[in-house]
Amino acid sequence: MKIRQLSLFLENRPGQLRVPCKVLGDAGIDILTMSLADTQQFGILRLIVKDWQRAKQVLEAAGQVVNVTDLLALDVPDHAGGLASVLEVFERTGLGVEYMYAFGLRQRGKSATLLFRLEDPEGAQVKLASAGVALVSAEELFRRAAA
Amino acid sequence: MTDFVVENRLFDPAEALPRGELAALQAARLVETVARAQAVPFYREAFARAGVDPASVRGLDDLARLPFTVKDDMRAAYPLGLLAVPRARIARVHGSSGTTGLPTFVAYTRRDLDTWAGLVARFLTAGGLRPEHLVHVAFGYGLFTGGFGLHAGIERVGAGVVPSGGGNTPRQVLLLRDLAADALICTPSYALHLAEVVREAGLGPSDLRLRLGHFGGEPWTEELRQALERELGILAFNNYGLSEVIGPGVSGECAARRGMHVAEDHFLVECLHPETLRPVPDGEVGELCFTSLTKEAMPVIRYRTRDLAALDRSPCPCGRTGARMGRVVGRSDDMLIIRGVNVFPSQVEEALLRVEGTAPHYLIEVSRPGALDEATVKVEVRPADFSDEMRRLVALRDRIDREIQAVTGVRMTVELVAPGSIERSAGKATRVVDRRPPGAR
Repeated sequence: MKIRQLSLFLENRPGQLRVPCKVLGDAGIDILTMSLADTQQFGILRLIVKDWQRAKQVLEAAGQVVNVTDLLALDVPDHAGGLASVLEVFERTGLGVEYMYAFGLRQRGKSATLLFRLEDPEGAQVKLASAGVALVSAEELFRRAAA
Repeated sequence: MTDFVVENRLFDPAEALPRGELAALQAARLVETVARAQAVPFYREAFARAGVDPASVRGLDDLARLPFTVKDDMRAAYPLGLLAVPRARIARVHGSSGTTGLPTFVAYTRRDLDTWAGLVARFLTAGGLRPEHLVHVAFGYGLFTGGFGLHAGIERVGAGVVPSGGGNTPRQVLLLRDLAADALICTPSYALHLAEVVREAGLGPSDLRLRLGHFGGEPWTEELRQALERELGILAFNNYGLSEVIGPGVSGECAARRGMHVAEDHFLVECLHPETLRPVPDGEVGELCFTSLTKEAMPVIRYRTRDLAALDRSPCPCGRTGARMGRVVGRSDDMLIIRGVNVFPSQVEEALLRVEGTAPHYLIEVSRPGALDEATVKVEVRPADFSDEMRRLVALRDRIDREIQAVTGVRMTVELVAPGSIERSAGKATRVVDRRPPGAR
């Protein structure tokens, strides 16, 4: 049920973000979503792409440092307080959030899909399942994105 | 500029010994030094390897046959292997930073300390210090020879001392203003930093009583001298020394300020081509090499300083007969002097290797944006060290930061850079980019 995320090291200077985007573009790889974390000196670009193995390959061939991590995709009720109710489950079951993606993949009035980087993705899967929180598989995520 | 004029005065008549008498004294003292050095296994072995019978050394013409001593020999003798007297005769130990993180120790007997204070008093007197002056010492007091060395020399002159020590610049400015010291002692770059803090505090030369500055411990330029004289309202003098030889006091400027007179009655100086190790003609830059003539605890024979400078043996209007050495214009090895501290690129490499998993692809960039040197170390991130979590990368950088400071004693800015972004060269890797003005390195 895990979603593979690619992380790239970026130096904080002009052109650094363009390079990986161009590499992926040239390889015909579509970026589903991304997030940037930065310090004054350097940044981390995090990407979700469908064909992560090939993306990793082309990025590494282009001299990028790529790290693969597992995220979990969750359906959060699409109403006010929806995210808070999910975070309450995290808190109750002792799950720590490293960071998350908020992007617009939503089934209107039903749910919004959010991506979470949790401290222990393996354990989290079990805990969330037993708490009745629905996880979204990678196939389902990309199917919805393509719809 | 100050309107203060330094009148020529000798501290010790030996400074003006006629060259003929000086040569005779040097020859006699060289023979004594060679004999004294035989108490040290290192020198016995070095002489044997060079095929020199110590008893055959009769005068200055024999100097060229004697074996060289280098910094590595000092390191190999850690901690006190080059001691030529019984331990009980050690009066003090000083040290300098070393590439292994261990300092190189130097020892002094009571008489060595006495000699040293006299040598410091010579250059202070030559540069205008008088018994009625009060002197602010902003050198660190500790293993570093600067603080205690200058302190003793000032007292030998008979002047008063404010032993301020290093650091806390605003407090130093307060002391300079309120105690109204006449002379300032520190590194030239720290003096410039002080001048800036003085200015930022809304003060100027007229708020201070400073008239003299005696600066050393690192190379500096004529431009910096002018800036310091203007900013602080002083006359600035250059002095030179290194702990392996004795510390500050090996040479210093007189009022003519046309080079630093070497105390040749205590040290033989040679200026050698760094590769052939043959003497270069006067006026040409070469590597300075010193042989101590009076030191007891740790005599040094033909110590290669790696400092590049020229010698001038023409007569000086001040009457001192000691050869004058020009400003140190560079190093014959890869040593950097950063804010007065000796740093070797290999130390940075060692620090990186201590941080598990860090690839030794790095570049040290040194610049002087303001008064003080700034050093940046660029380190390539290896895939194995890379994480999607920012805090891990920040922790990695901080760990490198701490190790570099622990090994070199200097704070450097650590920058993580992308793999492959540091240029590889076919031959010897470029490890250092020094953007400081030449002559200020």
